[in-house]
Amino acid sequence: MSITLQGFRRTADKRPDTSKRTAIEETRTDKIFLAGVKIMLWLALIIVAVPLIYIVANSFSSPSAVSAGRVLFWPIEPSIRAYKEAFSDPLIMKGYLNSFIYAIGGTLISVTLTIAIAYPLSRRTFFGRNVIMSVLIFTMLFSGGLIPTYLVVQDLGMLNTRWAMVIPSAIGVWQVIIARTFFRSTIPDELYEAATIDGASDLRFLWSIVLPLSKPVIAVIALMYAIFQWNSYFDALIYLKDPGLYPLQIVLRNVLILNTLTGSTTTTNLAQQLEQQQLANVLKYALIVISSLPVLIIYPFVARHFTKGVMVGAVKG
Amino acid sequence: MSATFEVKPAPAPAASRAGETTARKPPRTSRRTQAGRSLRRHWQLYLLIVVPLAYFVIFKYIPIANAVIAFKDYSPVKGPWGSDWVGFKNFELFFQNPVFWTLVKNTFLLSVYTVLASFPIPIILAIALNEIRNGRFKKTVQLVTYAPYFISTVVVVSMTILVLSPRLGFVNDAIGLFGVPSVDFLGNPNYFRHIYVWSDVWQTTGYSAVIYLAALSGIDPALHESARIDGASRLQRIRHVDLPGIMPTAVIILVLGVGNIMSIGFEKAFLLQNPLNTQQSEIIATYVYKTGLLNADFSMATAIGLFNSVINLFLLLGVNFVAKRITGNGLWS
Repeated sequence: MSITLQGFRRTADKRPDTSKRTAIEETRTDKIFLAGVKIMLWLALIIVAVPLIYIVANSFSSPSAVSAGRVLFWPIEPSIRAYKEAFSDPLIMKGYLNSFIYAIGGTLISVTLTIAIAYPLSRRTFFGRNVIMSVLIFTMLFSGGLIPTYLVVQDLGMLNTRWAMVIPSAIGVWQVIIARTFFRSTIPDELYEAATIDGASDLRFLWSIVLPLSKPVIAVIALMYAIFQWNSYFDALIYLKDPGLYPLQIVLRNVLILNTLTGSTTTTNLAQQLEQQQLANVLKYALIVISSLPVLIIYPFVARHFTKGVMVGAVKG
Repeated sequence: MSATFEVKPAPAPAASRAGETTARKPPRTSRRTQAGRSLRRHWQLYLLIVVPLAYFVIFKYIPIANAVIAFKDYSPVKGPWGSDWVGFKNFELFFQNPVFWTLVKNTFLLSVYTVLASFPIPIILAIALNEIRNGRFKKTVQLVTYAPYFISTVVVVSMTILVLSPRLGFVNDAIGLFGVPSVDFLGNPNYFRHIYVWSDVWQTTGYSAVIYLAALSGIDPALHESARIDGASRLQRIRHVDLPGIMPTAVIILVLGVGNIMSIGFEKAFLLQNPLNTQQSEIIATYVYKTGLLNADFSMATAIGLFNSVINLFLLLGVNFVAKRITGNGLWS
């Protein structure tokens, strides 16, 4: 797996394009084979894209068209009713705000702690780093389980507080490995030696030299933590009881999967009931789009860095 | 501990006391002195590591110690250590419970199916992507297939439910074109595993393919060139150059997959679960949640979780051992 480490320094796929450089003609079987490959890739593209397009198309359609199941891959009777409804729902907006708080606060805590342990572990002069690394890796293989962890959170008085969302899952061993590998492979020992001769302490060296040089890896692990935090719902499910603290994913689960309508006023009027039912249907599609939007907007810009981060982590060490 | 320029291997008095008295070898610094010197010189690094280390002790190792309540009759008043011992009573009760075999079977089948389906497909996608020239089409396919990985489980499950809905979903519209009456996929326990596995494949294939693509780009282009000169077709080059090249990566991913067979995630199964399909969708993780947090039977839930963790650990170590024997590649070299 050591070859993959090179990916970090390589900016683009520099593999020479053999089909252009060499004079060997493609044989007919090869051409047919290549056509088959392209058809397969088109299929993959369609299979992944179709459900996504279907959801977006529905979210922009009128409630009655959605409830009649008439929408396929293009909005019918275009309307943004569902979005207006979603953005005026207090529970959904509260969930959105909470998710932002957890994502930003959690990422800050996680990145700080990850660097604080990954950097010393990357230093050769740090005594006992192999033992500590084993202690960390063991937690990937074996855990006490749901209830024993719950008891710890309970004893710390974190149940039903915002802390329960960011502290118990603060450090990922995987992210520590990624950061440590990066520090080890990009910060040469000579740099440290030069800094110590100039009188820099360990902390000063970390702050003024290592961190500025490590911006790419810090960005990668920060994004990993942020997206993980934004998408997680399990911790909220077990630790939170107060609906005012719920992150968006729990609100989503209640609306989308358990079918509990939010903010609906009960009415005896049959026509109004029908309309509300229809609105609830289209609201589901709009909610899916709204909740996935922050992640999907940043994703194309970070995809490549994300990939590199995964690669570095895959290096054994 | 290799000595750097500052840790000079000077003969320390402690070395002789530590018992390293082989006369021929030059006196070496004992580990104790090394530790002391490192601590004095780099105390800031040790200070830095205190908080993160405390995190691992509190949130990872204390829970492992807390798992002792699996052998106790847990009482919230007495705490994990003060509660009364009951030996293996909780385990015996669980093994005798008629639900035991159903849980083990459901968990096992669901994960084996997941591993079998999600192992080969990313390899095929990566090889296909690797065959075509770099261009907009290749980039688009990669970007789109990678995207679902970033969507949350809650959203993926919701999408699955909406798309498969008997009244509104387009899947039923599509099969309706062939004259098939609409099917309530989520209401029928027999469809649960297929829904779980294939929505998983939909979500993760693009992501897993990226790992193989990196392995493919690490293959020496000279191998491909010489194969071409020797007249190898595209298919033959895939068979004899690409596949051997990604073998180590594939083995590691398979080992991790098989090793985690009994620890299949709680999140998705729980979300896809409904009263109609519990017969196949109840797995160990969801049962632990219900026993522990909904029924508040802490000792029993811990016992079931512990049983699962131990099996997992042995599975992972066992599979890793076998893989190392057969292919020479394992998780630890």
